[in-house]
Amino acid sequence: MNFNWFLFSSPKTFYPLAGKIAPVCMFLASVLFLIGLYIALFVAPTDFQQGEAYRIIFVHVPAAWMSMWIYLVMAAWSIVGLSLNSRLSFMMAQALAPTGAIFTFLALVTGSLWGKPMWGAWWVWDARLTSELILLFLYIGHMALQSGIENVKRADRAGAIFAIVSAVNVPIIYFSVKWWNTLHQGASISMNKAPSMAMTMLIGMLIMALAFWAYSIGIALIRLRCIIGEREREAAWMIDLREDH
Amino acid sequence: MHWESWDSFFKMGGYGFYVWLSFGLTLLCLLIEWYGLRQRSKDLQEHLE
Amino acid sequence: MKILDLLQTLFWRDIQLAMRRQSDVVAVVFFFIVTVSLFPLAIGSSPTLMRAIGPGVLWVGALLSTMLSLTRVFASDFADGTLEQILLSPLPLSLIVGVKILAHWIVSGLPLIILAPLLALQFDIQAKEIGILTISLLLGTPLLCLIGGIGAALTLGIRGSGVLVAVLVLPLYIPVLIFGAGAVTASMNGMDPKGALSLLGALLVLAVAFAPIAIATSLRMALD
Repeated sequence: MNFNWFLFSSPKTFYPLAGKIAPVCMFLASVLFLIGLYIALFVAPTDFQQGEAYRIIFVHVPAAWMSMWIYLVMAAWSIVGLSLNSRLSFMMAQALAPTGAIFTFLALVTGSLWGKPMWGAWWVWDARLTSELILLFLYIGHMALQSGIENVKRADRAGAIFAIVSAVNVPIIYFSVKWWNTLHQGASISMNKAPSMAMTMLIGMLIMALAFWAYSIGIALIRLRCIIGEREREAAWMIDLREDH
Repeated sequence: MHWESWDSFFKMGGYGFYVWLSFGLTLLCLLIEWYGLRQRSKDLQEHLE
Repeated sequence: MKILDLLQTLFWRDIQLAMRRQSDVVAVVFFFIVTVSLFPLAIGSSPTLMRAIGPGVLWVGALLSTMLSLTRVFASDFADGTLEQILLSPLPLSLIVGVKILAHWIVSGLPLIILAPLLALQFDIQAKEIGILTISLLLGTPLLCLIGGIGAALTLGIRGSGVLVAVLVLPLYIPVLIFGAGAVTASMNGMDPKGALSLLGALLVLAVAFAPIAIATSLRMALD
């Protein structure tokens, strides 16, 4: 099959496609959410050590996974944008950032809400939570950089470079924070003390993660359409679209 | 299903506050994000006309 | 070797320019001294406490001082049009960038490294740890300049770039801070600092290899 991959690489051609894909993703996300929540709240058994509070992992862990995955995808689109010089790739990276930031924020807040009943403190300086916090700083930095530069072309590229540089740094940051933890705490309070995974728990977390993933794609596409609309409002094809309504 | 009653479901073994706040905040954030984007889209459509 | 001559000229020019603006250099040094003194004033000055927080406080002070000086790396050349000229040069931009960062480090980083042992005495840090602190700063401050250079290039000429540089660069500084201060703390706790110091060295090598490229790309973007 000779598929022209570049067919959809312009905002003009991708705009209607995004409009069709997004609702499908959101619908899929809703269905997966319902299934995931059902498993999380009704099917998964009570944990012996942590009681009912452990159920928070069904949102905490998938949110954390998404926060990291989205940053990687942002960096990937940044690389594509810089090497192929395609505006759409940069717009996609810009569309993903706020969603990633929200998941990072949720991971931190649910982490706190889990930590308080478990370890008695609203915040524990464990490696994963601390790395999540730094990841939130990176997301905010990226968004601040893009909105701080007026020239759109430069903003896209600067954001792309920052996304790539910081994505490369994320494993370094994580490793250094882990090292820091062992240096200062010895016996670590670790969020890894999740209950040993029963199959249902694992499936529940996976389904919630898939729900978040479908949601992310849908929301990013919706935001992408907004970004395209805002940037291309003077373009001929946009004006044609408007006149068609 | 292993809850004896709706009451025990809501209490979540005493951890109700934390569990429901977690799930609730998650849902709330995602809904706000979605709603915010719909507004942005609407504003854009109006502005474009 | 014509390239080396050109680079040397650039290097000495940057140093001379920095020397003419001595107040900038002094301000950064002064900032370092004052910031470091703030911590005992805020937290308390018992000897055990001082020894415990000393390495961290000195490192944070050096980090913040370096960050303050970042906007100066390219700003003056950008303002008077020299940067545009440099971009037209046949020399690889990454090399030029490397030289500029080196000059910047000598003017902004080296004074901190010289001062740090003196300030370390305020925290009752022992001679062995002072030595480790110095090595960690020798490895770490060039790292901070290289990483910071990326931030400075990305935000060149933007309004409010000072704060924006901080927002971008501070998270990336965290591993350097952890390994730098951690090396000294490790030694204080009887552990071997070589692990942390070699990690710092490895990061420095990576930064020397890749940061100039990122900086050069960012500078081209800023001037297009």
